[in-house]
Amino acid sequence: MGKTMHIALTVNGEAHELLAEPRELLIYVLRERLNLTGPHAGCETSHCGACTVEMNGKSVKSCTVFAAQANGATITTIEGLGSPDSLSVLQQSFREHHGLQCGYCTPGMITRAHRLLQENPDPTEEEVRFGISGNLCRCTGYQNIVKAILAAAATINGAKEAAE
Amino acid sequence: MNDLTPTPQERTAKLKGLGTSRKRVEDARFTQGKGNYVDDIKMPGMLHGDFVRSPYAHARVKSINADAARALPGVIAVLTAADLAPLNLHWMPTLAGDRQMVLADGKVLFQGQEVAFVVATDRYVCADAIELVEVDYEELPVVTDPFKALEPGAPVLREDLAGQTSGAHGARRHHNHIFLWETGDEAATNQAIEAAEVVAEEMIYYHRVHPCPLETCGCVASMDKVNGKLTVFGTFQAPHVVRTVASLLSGIEEHNIRVVSPDIGGGFGNKVGVYPGYVCSIVASIVTGKPVKWIEDRMDNLMATAFARDYWMKGRISATKDGKITGLHCHVTADHGAFDACADPTKFPAGFFHICTGSYDIPVAYVGVDGVYTNKAPGGVAYRCSFRVTEAAYFIERMIEVLAIELGMDAAELRAKNFIRKDRFPYTSALGWEYDSGDYHTAWDKALAAVDYAGLRREQAERVAAFKRGETRKLLGIGLTHFTEIVGAGPVKNCDILGMGMFDSCEIRIHPTGSAIARLGTISQGQGHATTFAQILATEIGLPADSITIEEGDTDTAPYGLGTYGSRSTPVAGAATAMAGRKIRAKAQMIAAWLLEVHDGDLEWDIDRFVVKGAPERFKTMKDIAYAAYHNAIPGIEPGLEAVSYYDPPNMTYPFGAYVCVMEIDVDTGTHEVRQFYALDDCGTRINPMIIEGQVHGGLTEALAIAMGQEIAYDEIGNCKNSTLMDFFLPTAVETPHYTTDYTETPSPHHPIGAKGVGESPNVGGVPAFSNAVHDAFRAFGLRQAHMPHDHWRIWKIANQLGLHG
Repeated sequence: MGKTMHIALTVNGEAHELLAEPRELLIYVLRERLNLTGPHAGCETSHCGACTVEMNGKSVKSCTVFAAQANGATITTIEGLGSPDSLSVLQQSFREHHGLQCGYCTPGMITRAHRLLQENPDPTEEEVRFGISGNLCRCTGYQNIVKAILAAAATINGAKEAAE
Repeated sequence: MNDLTPTPQERTAKLKGLGTSRKRVEDARFTQGKGNYVDDIKMPGMLHGDFVRSPYAHARVKSINADAARALPGVIAVLTAADLAPLNLHWMPTLAGDRQMVLADGKVLFQGQEVAFVVATDRYVCADAIELVEVDYEELPVVTDPFKALEPGAPVLREDLAGQTSGAHGARRHHNHIFLWETGDEAATNQAIEAAEVVAEEMIYYHRVHPCPLETCGCVASMDKVNGKLTVFGTFQAPHVVRTVASLLSGIEEHNIRVVSPDIGGGFGNKVGVYPGYVCSIVASIVTGKPVKWIEDRMDNLMATAFARDYWMKGRISATKDGKITGLHCHVTADHGAFDACADPTKFPAGFFHICTGSYDIPVAYVGVDGVYTNKAPGGVAYRCSFRVTEAAYFIERMIEVLAIELGMDAAELRAKNFIRKDRFPYTSALGWEYDSGDYHTAWDKALAAVDYAGLRREQAERVAAFKRGETRKLLGIGLTHFTEIVGAGPVKNCDILGMGMFDSCEIRIHPTGSAIARLGTISQGQGHATTFAQILATEIGLPADSITIEEGDTDTAPYGLGTYGSRSTPVAGAATAMAGRKIRAKAQMIAAWLLEVHDGDLEWDIDRFVVKGAPERFKTMKDIAYAAYHNAIPGIEPGLEAVSYYDPPNMTYPFGAYVCVMEIDVDTGTHEVRQFYALDDCGTRINPMIIEGQVHGGLTEALAIAMGQEIAYDEIGNCKNSTLMDFFLPTAVETPHYTTDYTETPSPHHPIGAKGVGESPNVGGVPAFSNAVHDAFRAFGLRQAHMPHDHWRIWKIANQLGLHG
């Protein structure tokens, strides 16, 4: 066991402090210390995106972020995007359009889609496909994921227009 | 009756039964990150286990020194074959009747093979300890080519089999030979081919690939020494089989073993097998008295568990000069790797490969399959297919194309000319299968019309002319496939795994207030069983699907079943569900008769109720009956409303489909673009069209990966060249095309609801459709056969070898 360091981070609005080896990966800090098992490990080489979380306003693959790098960060995981009583538009849209099957990529995929719609609120299909190309899905063939994200964008934009 | 009385249509709609695109009940937890996969399981005092793996493909293990590893703080144990030998667990039986080393016993036979198992307090300590284990290897000559493996002077791989001239599947003729499995009439086939007007001959290679579900394999084993109970949570596509095998191997009585498959992050055949990690975790838990978790990383997964395919298929097909097929001969050299761990029903060492006469009425045929050992990983699993059906479909759909070239005929016309006609079903094939139902011409015509096939061929001819004039560098390929699958193993009389008959089961309990729970012997890995099985039941028993819980995967509560793979859930467990539902309905009818004071025979079933014939205002709904079943003391009828059905299917089911892929190929870069993909599937009765469509999209994408880039390749000294997702192609949303789905509906005559299964069809039909598109693009320039995967470099090479680069 190597030396540990003191790490402070804010996850889904909650402040946490812990001691971790600097080499410990963020995915395991989230999953094993904070019990946030939504993000999954799929490859540990940042190819599959199942571990995607939002860190300081950017999508990151938490399987290739060291705990030390996450010190002081603000992080959002799938658990922070909606609650059982109020699912996010994206969460609802994935269900509505059958954008998931085994569910293993889903938390990373929705977290990524959330950030994508922050960056580009009205994407084309091509932009959605490019925007989620860091997230692999083995079940759906992406067609319904893309449909779900486009539909969510339309819903969010429609609600915004109605409010204005 | 008044305006508020629901109409029959409204009552049917409320059930969300068969044929409705019911939204999935699984999605609430998955979209919120609240799934429960094996790596999410945490138990008090849980330890982690991981493997020291061999860097060599063939080497003698001279010594293992784990002293430094054992001395590392946090390391609890390091297990080697020497530790497992006294328990007789250093080897384990495979599903194919061979045996496999759990940990290296004297030698290693493939790169990535398990050599020692390190158990430590966390996964980081485990990783550190693995680095400290010193293994002294002596390299041995390596064979990765199955043809070279059968040469007289080839290195001896399986020294443990020395002197054994026969194995689980008959005679062995060489030290690296596993079996020769034959079916059909070879003499008559040869005679037909020799006498034929036209013969096409070709070697078709279906390369080695890997199912690569996004979640790797893993387990948590927990031996409770106080109660004598062993619990194993794991990525098991067949939890009941795992329990029985674990009991037979460990000597722990089956009632003291509980196997649980939690949520599974994709299986695709990868999670059917029994792997050393499961055995070592169980042993480690027994030794330490603590729960032990083992989770593969991606490299472990791609290198060591469950490859698929690797079939060299030498074919000869004969026909009359106007294109009527007269015979088919196929010899396969099957590379099984270091141990024969193929996941096939025991009597079928080549799976159902002999469905390779496909959709065609071929009067005589022969198949011979030679299984061969090489220094490659064991496996041979059915990657999204029913036991070598995808190899069979690829073989025949390529042979048809090659024959069309030989005949100078259009490949669509050649297919239509040879389809088994609708009036011939049930049809017995030359290789002995009884096809249950089909209407191939209707599906084919619908598909060709949908894509304007004649128009596409005109466009293609114009493109070739433009290419020859130097006006374009892009070619157009039209990839055709008409596949027939065989799924739903199977009749117990000829389908078993290690003697366990391949039936499946459903147990239903109706609750007094009119809701229900049903448990099955299968396990979903993304197929949405909790959604679809409730739909089958809703239609059978008249309670809304939303009021029916489906549970699978816990051997302590679910009835015994053989699990989910080979598209068998709907054909077998789906049938069990319908049959159990009918038992419920039969008892409900007696209860309704008592409540309504009529004879049983005076009632008829109407959507969600029993109605007195001729008096529609007199009825009892299933909800009324459920309450009465528990709380009315009905003379002569036991309280309660439950049923169990164990279903042994009388036959397998034969889904089919017609696919067309239109592909643009850039001759200079070898890149491709799928311009159109049309997939027509006939899976019999459709339970949930939304889920069927999702299955088709997903299966086609796996087919795209296989045909266009995915492979597990080895260099000459047995290094696995594709052991990370950097080197192993999985398409992203950018590479994946848009698909158009369609259907015809030809119910299975022997299945209680007529359903056939669909999960694997798109992979089985998709691979030849993509591959045929590549071949078809170059047909005008003389291409007959180019092996998959058709990555950019290989397509460029085709163009180059055909002299298209000037």
